[in-house]
Amino acid sequence: MKKQLKVLALMLGVAGLATSAAHAQDKVKIGFITDMSSLYADVEGKNGAVAIQMAIDDFGGKVLGMPIELMSADHQNKADIAASKAREWIDTQGLTMVFGGTNSGTALAIAKVAAEKKRVYINNGAASSALTNDQCTPYTVHYAYDTVALAKGTGSAIVDGGGKSWYFLTADYAFGHALEADTTAVVKAKGGNVVGAVRHPLNASDFSSFLLQAQNSKAQILGLANAGGDTINSIKAAKEFGIGKSMKLAGLLIFISDVHSLGLRNTEGLQFTTSWYWDLNDETRKFSARFFEKTKRMPTEIQAADYSATMNYLKAVEAAKSVDADKVMTTWRGMKMNDFFGSGQLRADGRYVHDMYLMEVKKPAESTKPWDYYKLIKKLPGDSVFTTKAESKCPLWK
Amino acid sequence: MEIFGVSLPGLLSQLLLGLVNGSFYAILSLGLAVIFGLLNVINFAHGALFMTGALLTWMAMNYFGINYWLMLVLAPLVVGLFGVLIERLLLRWIYKLDHLYGLLLTLGLTLLIEGVFRSIYGVSGLGYDTPELLEGATNLGFMIMPNYRAWVVVASVVVCIGTWYVIEKTKLGAYLRAGTENPRLVEAFGINVPVMVTLTYAFGAALAAFAGVLAAPVYQVTPLMGQNLIIVVFAVVVIGGMGSIMGSILTGLGLGVIEGFTKVFYPEASSTVVFVIMVIVLLIRPAGLFGKEK
Amino acid sequence: MNSKNTATIGYGLLLLALIAAPFLGAYPVFVMKLMCFALFASAFNLLLGYTGLLSFGHAAFLGGAAYVAGHAIKVWGLTPEVGLLLGTAGGALLGLLFGWLAIRRQGIYFSMITLALAQMLFFACLQAPFTGGEDGLQGVPRGKLFGVVDLKSDLVMYYVALVIVVAAFLLIVRTIHSPFGQVLKGIKENEPRAISLGYDTHRFKLLAFVLSAAIAGLAGALKTLVLGFATLSDVHWTASGQVILMTLVGGLGTLSGPLIGSAVVVLLENKIGEFGNLLAALTSVEWFKTLGESVTMVTGLIFVICVLAFRRGIMGEIIAWLAQRRAGNSAKH
Repeated sequence: MKKQLKVLALMLGVAGLATSAAHAQDKVKIGFITDMSSLYADVEGKNGAVAIQMAIDDFGGKVLGMPIELMSADHQNKADIAASKAREWIDTQGLTMVFGGTNSGTALAIAKVAAEKKRVYINNGAASSALTNDQCTPYTVHYAYDTVALAKGTGSAIVDGGGKSWYFLTADYAFGHALEADTTAVVKAKGGNVVGAVRHPLNASDFSSFLLQAQNSKAQILGLANAGGDTINSIKAAKEFGIGKSMKLAGLLIFISDVHSLGLRNTEGLQFTTSWYWDLNDETRKFSARFFEKTKRMPTEIQAADYSATMNYLKAVEAAKSVDADKVMTTWRGMKMNDFFGSGQLRADGRYVHDMYLMEVKKPAESTKPWDYYKLIKKLPGDSVFTTKAESKCPLWK
Repeated sequence: MEIFGVSLPGLLSQLLLGLVNGSFYAILSLGLAVIFGLLNVINFAHGALFMTGALLTWMAMNYFGINYWLMLVLAPLVVGLFGVLIERLLLRWIYKLDHLYGLLLTLGLTLLIEGVFRSIYGVSGLGYDTPELLEGATNLGFMIMPNYRAWVVVASVVVCIGTWYVIEKTKLGAYLRAGTENPRLVEAFGINVPVMVTLTYAFGAALAAFAGVLAAPVYQVTPLMGQNLIIVVFAVVVIGGMGSIMGSILTGLGLGVIEGFTKVFYPEASSTVVFVIMVIVLLIRPAGLFGKEK
Repeated sequence: MNSKNTATIGYGLLLLALIAAPFLGAYPVFVMKLMCFALFASAFNLLLGYTGLLSFGHAAFLGGAAYVAGHAIKVWGLTPEVGLLLGTAGGALLGLLFGWLAIRRQGIYFSMITLALAQMLFFACLQAPFTGGEDGLQGVPRGKLFGVVDLKSDLVMYYVALVIVVAAFLLIVRTIHSPFGQVLKGIKENEPRAISLGYDTHRFKLLAFVLSAAIAGLAGALKTLVLGFATLSDVHWTASGQVILMTLVGGLGTLSGPLIGSAVVVLLENKIGEFGNLLAALTSVEWFKTLGESVTMVTGLIFVICVLAFRRGIMGEIIAWLAQRRAGNSAKH
C-alpha cells in the first residue's frame, strides 16, 4: 500500500508539472515580470500590465497572423524569483519576449537569462545604467530612463543652483549604488563635494536613524538615492524630524505616484528629472485619459513607457517579418520612433535615446486640477543626458 | 565635542531614538515573557498580533474614522479577544507536548494571519498619520525630537511598570505566579487555573496589540511588520531570562539603546548586535541575565 | 509483505519515476530544485528526527554553501565538482563552528543559539562584497563536470544532479542504520541513559550536526549550480522555517517523510497559482484566481493542521497506520 501511495503521489506531482510542456510557436507570448505587491507596486505593478494590454489591443491583438498573449508575474523584488520565472516561461511556455523587472537587481538577472536564451528583453522600471553599460547584451532594450540621465539632469540642476555639498541616503542594492555613483560623478565634475552616504536596506520600515546621521553631516543637500515606497517614507520621516530646516531634499527618482501619495504639501519645490509627464501636450493627455478610465490613476512614466515600448516592439516584429530576437533587434535599431512618449532611436547598446524633462513640484496653490503636480523647468535633449560613447564600457557600442 | 570621532549630538540623538525602539522591544518581550512564564508556550504569533493591532488601527481610521486614542483601548481589546479564541481553540491541545509544537503551531498561526492580510493589502506600507495632539517636534538642542516618539517611550514605560506591578505586587499576580510554579496545587485551592491561563494569553496578546497601535504612526503598517521584529524580541526575552518580567523590560530598553549606539559607529551591524549578545549570554549565563534556571 | 520489502519497492519506484520524469514532460529545472530541497530536508531530519536536536538556523548551511560554491565556480573558475565539494566543506565547517557553540546548551537554548548564529551569518552575507548583497550572486556558469561533461544542457545537469542526490540520500540511510545511528536514536530517546552507558553524547551530537550541515551544504551548492545564482533568500531565517515545515509535514523521524514534505511545500509555493486558476476554471469562482497570492496563508494553515492533527506527518501517519494494520492482521491469527 505504501508503495502504491508513493507512486500515486509522485505521478500526481509529475502530472501537475507537465501541464503545458508543448509550446507551439503559433502565439506571440509576452511575459511581464515586475513588483506587484511591494514597494514598487505603484510605479509599475499591475497597471503596467494594463498599459501593455492597451497597446496589444490597439495594435489589433495579432501580429504576423499570430494572436498576442500577455502573461504576468510578481517577482517580489527577488532576483532569483525573477530569473527563475523568466527561464521557466521560456523553457516551458514558449515565451517570445520578456518585459519588466522594476528593480535593478531583478532586471540584471532577467537580462542574463534573456541573453542566454536569445529573447528580446524590454526594461522600463529599473534604473541602473549598467543594463546598457558594462552589462549590456544584444537583446536588452532600456527604454524609459536610467541613473545616468537622472544624475545628469537633477544633479547638474541642483549644483548649478548652489547645492555644493551632498549627503546620500542610498537604497542598498544595484539601483541605489548606481544612482549614488552616477550622481557623485556629476557633483564632483561640477566642483561640488560628497560629505558622506548611508545605506539603508530595501523596503526599510524606519528611516529615522539614517536621517539623523544625514543631519549630523551638515551637508547642504540630502540626495535620496532610492525610489517608490522608500522615497515616500524618507520624505515623510524627513518632515517629521525637521530635516528641511537645515538641508534641502533632492529626490533623484520621483514618480507621480509618490507625489500623489505624499501630497503637494510635503513635496512642493522638489526638483527632479523625468522621462514623461501626463500633462505635457494633447497627445500625452489623450493617452492618460484612456489610462485613467481603466485604472482611476494617471499613468507614471514607466506605465506610459510600457505602452509605447510594446507598440514599437510589435511594429518592429511586423517590419522584421519574424519573432526571432536577432532579426527583431536589428530591425528595431534601424527604426525611427515617434509617439506620445517621445521620439528618437535605439542605440547599439540597447539604450533608447529621447528627451528628458527637468520638473519641479508645484505649490498647493499652483495646482488647478487633480494630478496637476508638476511644472516644466527645462527640456533636456537626449544626447546631453544619457551615457556618451566615451563613458560607455559596452562592447556592442564602439 | 567628539567621542570616538562622532559628535555628541549625533550620539545622543541615536541613543534617544534607540530608546524609542527599545520601548517596543520592552512591551513585546514583556508579553512574550508573561505568556512563556505561565503557559510554557513560545508564542511565535506575537509578531502577528502586534501587526494586527497596527493594522486594525489603520483600518479603523480609514474605514470608520475611529481615531487613534480610541484605538489605544479598542485594539488591545479586540486582539485580546482574538487571543482568547486562539488559546481556547488551538493552544490548549498542545500544552502537554514538547515546546517545539507550541512554537510550530504559533508559527503556523503567524503565517496564516500574515497571509490573510497580505492577500488583501499587499506588502507595501500603508501610511498612518500622527495624531494631531502629538504632531510637531521639540528642539532638544542636540536634535529635533518628534513629540510622538517621546510619547511612545512614556506610554511604554508606564504600561510596562504597570504590568510588572500587577504581576509582582498584587494578589492577582501572586495567583499567576503560583499557577506557574504549581498549577495542581493552585487549582486545589479553588482557583480556576484554565481561565487564568486563557486570560494570561489574552493579556499578552493585548500588550502586543497596544505596541502595534503605538507603532502605526512610526513604522510603515505592513502585514510583514511583525516578522522583522519578532526574532529580535525573542532574542531579548532569551537574554533577559525567559520567565523574568523585569528582565524583559530592562533588557528590551537596554538593547534598544545598544542598537542605537551601534548605529552610530557601525550602522549595518545594528540589526545583528542583539544576536551577538544573545550568543554570549547563552554561553555564559544560560538562564539569561535576570532569569532563574528552571 | 514485510515493511522492509515495501519500503525498498517504494524507493525503487520513486527512483524509476525520477529517471523517467524529463521524458514524461516534467520541467527538469523544477524537479532538480525539488530534489535539492528534498536533500536539505533529509539532512535536517537527520538532526531533528533522529538525534532530537531542533536547529532554527539550518538555512545558514544551505545558503552559506550556496555562496561558497557559487563564488568558487564563478570567480575562481573551478570546475563544478570542485565547487560542490567546496560548498559541502563550507557547510561542514559552519556546522562544526555552530555545533560546537550550540551543543553546550540543551533544548530551547540550543535552538536559540543556532538561530542567533544563523542571523549573524545572514548579516555577514548581506555585508560581504562578494555575495552581491540584495542582488545576489548571479550568473554562475554550469561549467564542465571533471572538465569533460558539459552541464549546460538541462537534461545532462538533471541526471548528474539525480546521481548526486541519490548518493547523498543513501549516505543518510546508511548513517541511520549504522551503529552510529543507533546511538543517535538512543540519545534522542534518553540522553542521561546514554551517558550512563558510557557514550560521549557530546561528541556524537556534534558529529551528527556536522554531517547534517555538510549534506545541507551539498544541497545548497547543487542548487546554485542548477539555478545559476545564490541569493539572500537562501540564508534568510524563513528558509530555516521552511525546512522545519517540510520535515514536520512529511514526518519527523521517517526516512521518506522529508521527501514527501519537501515535495508538498515546493509544489505548493510554485504551483498554487496554477492550481488556483484551475479551480477557478472548474468552479467559475473568481476568488480562486487569487490563491496564487495566498501561499503564506495556505502554508500557515497546513502548519496549524499538522501540529494539531497530523503530528506524525504524512509518512509518519501512513507508516503508523500500516503497522497497526499489520498488528491487527497478526492478532487475528
